[in-house]
Amino acid sequence: MPIWEPEAECISRDELEQLQLERLQATLNRVYRNVSFFRRRFKELNFRPEDDFTELKDLERLPFTTSLDISNSYPYEMFAVPLREVVRVHTSSGTSTNPRVVGYTRQDLRIWSNLVARILSAGGVTQDDVIQVTFGYGLMTGGLGIHYGAERIGASVLPTSVGRTERQIKIMQDFRTTVLVSTPSYTLVIAERMERMKVDPRRLSLKYSICAGEPWTEAMRREIEERLYVKATDNYGVSEVIGPGVAGECLEQNGMHLQEDHFYAEVIDPISGKVLEPGAEGEVVITTLKKEAFPMIRYRTGDLSRIMTERCPCGRTFRRMSRIRGRCDEVVVIKGINIIPERIGDILEQIKGERPIYQLVATRQHHQDQLEIWVEVTEQFFFDKMREQRALVDLMQQKVTNFIGITPRIKLVEKGSLERDGGVVKLFADRREVSHA
Amino acid sequence: MLTLKSVHTYYGSIHALKGVSLHVRAGEMVTLIGANGAGKSTLVNTICGLIKPRKGKIEFQSKAVEGLSPEAIVRMGIALVPEGRQVFSTLTVEANLEMGAFIHRHNGQQVREDMVRMFDRFPILKERRQQLAGTLSGGEQQMLAISRALMARPQLLVLDEPSMGLAPLVVKEIFKIIQELKQGGKTILLIEQNARAALQIADRGYVLETGKVVLQGEGAMLLEHREVQRAYLGKGAKQIWEA
Repeated sequence: MPIWEPEAECISRDELEQLQLERLQATLNRVYRNVSFFRRRFKELNFRPEDDFTELKDLERLPFTTSLDISNSYPYEMFAVPLREVVRVHTSSGTSTNPRVVGYTRQDLRIWSNLVARILSAGGVTQDDVIQVTFGYGLMTGGLGIHYGAERIGASVLPTSVGRTERQIKIMQDFRTTVLVSTPSYTLVIAERMERMKVDPRRLSLKYSICAGEPWTEAMRREIEERLYVKATDNYGVSEVIGPGVAGECLEQNGMHLQEDHFYAEVIDPISGKVLEPGAEGEVVITTLKKEAFPMIRYRTGDLSRIMTERCPCGRTFRRMSRIRGRCDEVVVIKGINIIPERIGDILEQIKGERPIYQLVATRQHHQDQLEIWVEVTEQFFFDKMREQRALVDLMQQKVTNFIGITPRIKLVEKGSLERDGGVVKLFADRREVSHA
Repeated sequence: MLTLKSVHTYYGSIHALKGVSLHVRAGEMVTLIGANGAGKSTLVNTICGLIKPRKGKIEFQSKAVEGLSPEAIVRMGIALVPEGRQVFSTLTVEANLEMGAFIHRHNGQQVREDMVRMFDRFPILKERRQQLAGTLSGGEQQMLAISRALMARPQLLVLDEPSMGLAPLVVKEIFKIIQELKQGGKTILLIEQNARAALQIADRGYVLETGKVVLQGEGAMLLEHREVQRAYLGKGAKQIWEA
């Protein structure tokens, strides 16, 4: 599959670092001059970009920008150019009080389209494709972001936008769609509906499924590929940074290439804020290198991933990030170890092939944190014989220990007894304060 | 080919370059634009070894350049066409060219051949080969300055404000020459105040402002950039009170 912009995507690491340095310097000089928020932040630290930024690592001295910072600068306070140079405004998804507003200059749009074109190409899209975009076309970045990139490639774009699944399927049949762009869960909704409508996916022209917008799993990928007879790739966007176009998988399907000539990515420990070595999992932090209207310095995405430094066989030299493993706000820390309660469910699910109803409980005994996993007893997880019961609990304990490195106590509890919030079991209960007192 | 990493240079107590990073790849023409006093000439002088940088790295073909003498830098393959041409006005055109080939002076054969090549390229210089350089017109002096630099057989040609003080038609001619050099495979770093002309022929450009790079990108992109248009090309939106 051809690489959209090989001179950029296959650049040597040396050249890339020089480019990042140059672009970052210009970006810092500009935000210091043009954005009062950043100037204030830098001044508090006594950081002058011209004096104090000499190598990429110096970026670590700067504070993070959070989604709250952006909400607080509603609507235009963080723009780095006058509004007359902004040709497009988007807002982000999310549930904070003020939406996060981002702007694009003409040049930003050109760059954005090109970045999306790279990612779509990596996922198999060419000018011969008919691409159906089921993302929302509106204030959010998904729909228009993909749209412009697909047009840039020269594919035929069907801007069907969200919803009306049966109509989506009819269009897919009649317009001979070859690429479906959708959230992974909606892709499966479509597959499901096709089955009910007795539409044979093998009689469609579909070849590729480009998935984004939410964390998903390898199991979901397999299901999408098997049910729709497509090759499915993952890609990553952050609307505060640029929307789709930040990173995308190639057909190797093993991690998403970060567009490192436009974004500088760090992975930090979400609790301490320390930058982690490549390969370690943590929160993704992104700095834009070329954006004009809305440059972003060290934006905490809240997404958990890790950076893979191994060379990809596809020829692109950009490092890859693993699929998003979850959100940081879900992370709990027990015995100094970051645990995502959702992932423990994945482990337990492997044992019996069914996801048990469970809750992580942190307690404290003699000033020491303890992790307990309370599992509700169902037929799958109940045995008449004590011995078998014991064996299951031991197996759970062992699997979880292997995964997180600390040994939990597994406790079987009565069905329906776990604390629920609106009908959903809370995955984590912190009882450390209580048990301490 | 040429890489600058966070270079700081002082002119006496004036902090003239404040962390400038840039690069020029082989075969590329890169331009550096900026207003008067932005630090363009300081940058040239720093690259060519006339001023020592206080901090930062300069590499030419992966070898450190900072701290070397101007002559050593010429030997490494960087030749300068200085601002205001600075031909040796009391010497003949021919002698000026010989001076350019100073580092090759032990290879008379090569110098003679190169001189023939220069005269082929610039017939007007051939006509005036015995004339004192000071008696040439501004445009002719610029051609001489360029040929003189080429006599060193540089890998990288640095041109400092080649359009300065020349009549518009002559500027056009000089830019045509620069463009031809680029097409002939020369790597060029072009420092210019004439932003439009420079960006039109350059692959990439950097915009320098009070000693800092504030913009960088493809020439065509910068040419369309609103900030560049307003600041350097005399175009752009009217202020509210002008409307």
